[in-house]
Amino acid sequence: MDFDIDNIRKDFPILQLKIRGKSLVYFDNAATSQKPTAVIERMAKYNRSENSNVHRGVHWLSQLATDAMENARETIREHLNAQSIEEVIFTKGTTESINLVASSFGKAFITAGDEIVISEMEHHANIIPWQILCQEKGASLKVSKINPDGSLNIDHYKSLLNSRTKLVALAHVSNVMGIINPIKELIHLAHQKQIPVLIDGAQAIPHTNVDVQELDCDFYAFSAHKMYGPTGVGILYGKKKFLEAMPPYQTGGEMIDQVSFEKTTFADLPFKFEAGTPMIASIIGFGEAIKYINNIGIATIEAYEHQLLDYGTKKLSEINGLTIIGTHKPKAAVISFILDGIHHYDAGSLLDQMGIAVRTGNHCAQPLMKYMHINGTIRASFAFYNTKQEIDLLAEAIVKAQTMLL
Amino acid sequence: MTIQETKENIIEEFELFDDWMDRYNYIIEMGKECEGIEEKYKTKQYLISGCQSQVWLSAEYKEGKIIFQADSDAIITKGIVQLLMRVVNNRTPQEIINEDFSFLDNIGLKEHLSPTRANGLSSMIRQIKLYALVFKTKEEQKQA
Repeated sequence: MDFDIDNIRKDFPILQLKIRGKSLVYFDNAATSQKPTAVIERMAKYNRSENSNVHRGVHWLSQLATDAMENARETIREHLNAQSIEEVIFTKGTTESINLVASSFGKAFITAGDEIVISEMEHHANIIPWQILCQEKGASLKVSKINPDGSLNIDHYKSLLNSRTKLVALAHVSNVMGIINPIKELIHLAHQKQIPVLIDGAQAIPHTNVDVQELDCDFYAFSAHKMYGPTGVGILYGKKKFLEAMPPYQTGGEMIDQVSFEKTTFADLPFKFEAGTPMIASIIGFGEAIKYINNIGIATIEAYEHQLLDYGTKKLSEINGLTIIGTHKPKAAVISFILDGIHHYDAGSLLDQMGIAVRTGNHCAQPLMKYMHINGTIRASFAFYNTKQEIDLLAEAIVKAQTMLL
Repeated sequence: MTIQETKENIIEEFELFDDWMDRYNYIIEMGKECEGIEEKYKTKQYLISGCQSQVWLSAEYKEGKIIFQADSDAIITKGIVQLLMRVVNNRTPQEIINEDFSFLDNIGLKEHLSPTRANGLSSMIRQIKLYALVFKTKEEQKQA
């Protein structure tokens, strides 16, 4: 399919919005992406004409809803190239996916004296669940260092892997800097020592092809809302051998086989990990978002976003007093920067006045900020519906903000 | 000038501005002019931590009035802090307790006061009111 940016933009109704009388320039895609009409309409259609609870009713509507939800699971399975739908668990999002593993894998496999390895560039969602687990179990959290250019220090990472290491949890792409970690290599290094690996894929899967079998990761966590789907739903991919050995995360309806007051036996995968009524409309919307992505082609999206990244990097680098944080390549389409003598809050507030949406602050990555000796950045994160003209507007707006603030 | 007159003055000043740039230039100017807080108060004890910007606030009670000092690491936040100081400084505890700060809506700064904005300003207003309440209670105990 040819990439026609004008047509693409028409697919996203929110992009027509005027903010304070100016056309919206939405560069906060790493926080959440916008939703195409196809997703919005699919969810509305479900609520209008398919709504029913899933997996338990014998009636016509319930079967319709169940089929729609399970078709979405199959669409997602195929997108990830997971071996079976048993390995595709619906969660609330990346955070819950990671918490699920911390809780259930932790119960089954982590004991006192064990070690869990993460990195200095992780989002808080991939730090705190492990910190709490380690505290509970008497295990210790080992933090792999990064280099000044934002890349992972692989020698240090290697030195942390030993016979006590029971799990590695790493970001595929840094949410602050957009740097892409060489996760295939990092997974391979852990596997050489029989250590399973969880990948936080929240910032990667919207922008690049993820094949869980090729990566050979043991867990892969991500959210729908960062990949043009709705909020409130995400995925935990897990290898069947681990998911089978892990106890349920939450208990209740939907996830049981037999219940008596003496004993409950649990349902098979993936339902064992899906207690309660799921976010049916959102899951179906998520399936639609993946179809939308595949219709354009993830390689096409990646190539176009790369053009935006290169253009944006060049354009922003030309601005006096602007420093990009995280320059290591390869990168996803994220540019985090600081401005000499200007607080990120001030810059973000003025950009907002000019109709430009960026994220400012520490981006839920305080340890990374500490390492970089900064208190926050301004982050522009691109999606395939953004344009070079919008980047020009950003660059002009930054210069204007500098003039006002300095 | 009463608290009401000060607020009306501020609203009038902002009515002169045609667009957001004038408004923000004025706030930035105020931020630059703001004397800030004495160094001795720039400690954790007086810090109101926001996710985005930080605010420091101290208060003294003199002859029935409260004297605040405040500062921020972000210039826009500091400008708004300065604006708030014009309203709350040298007032009695009761005047501050009665103030709802809704005048900020009238000058187009509402979004900066949202608790979700995490710039420390909404926490600062809470803290200003808390100081007022404490000074009022102390005064009442003294008189009792």
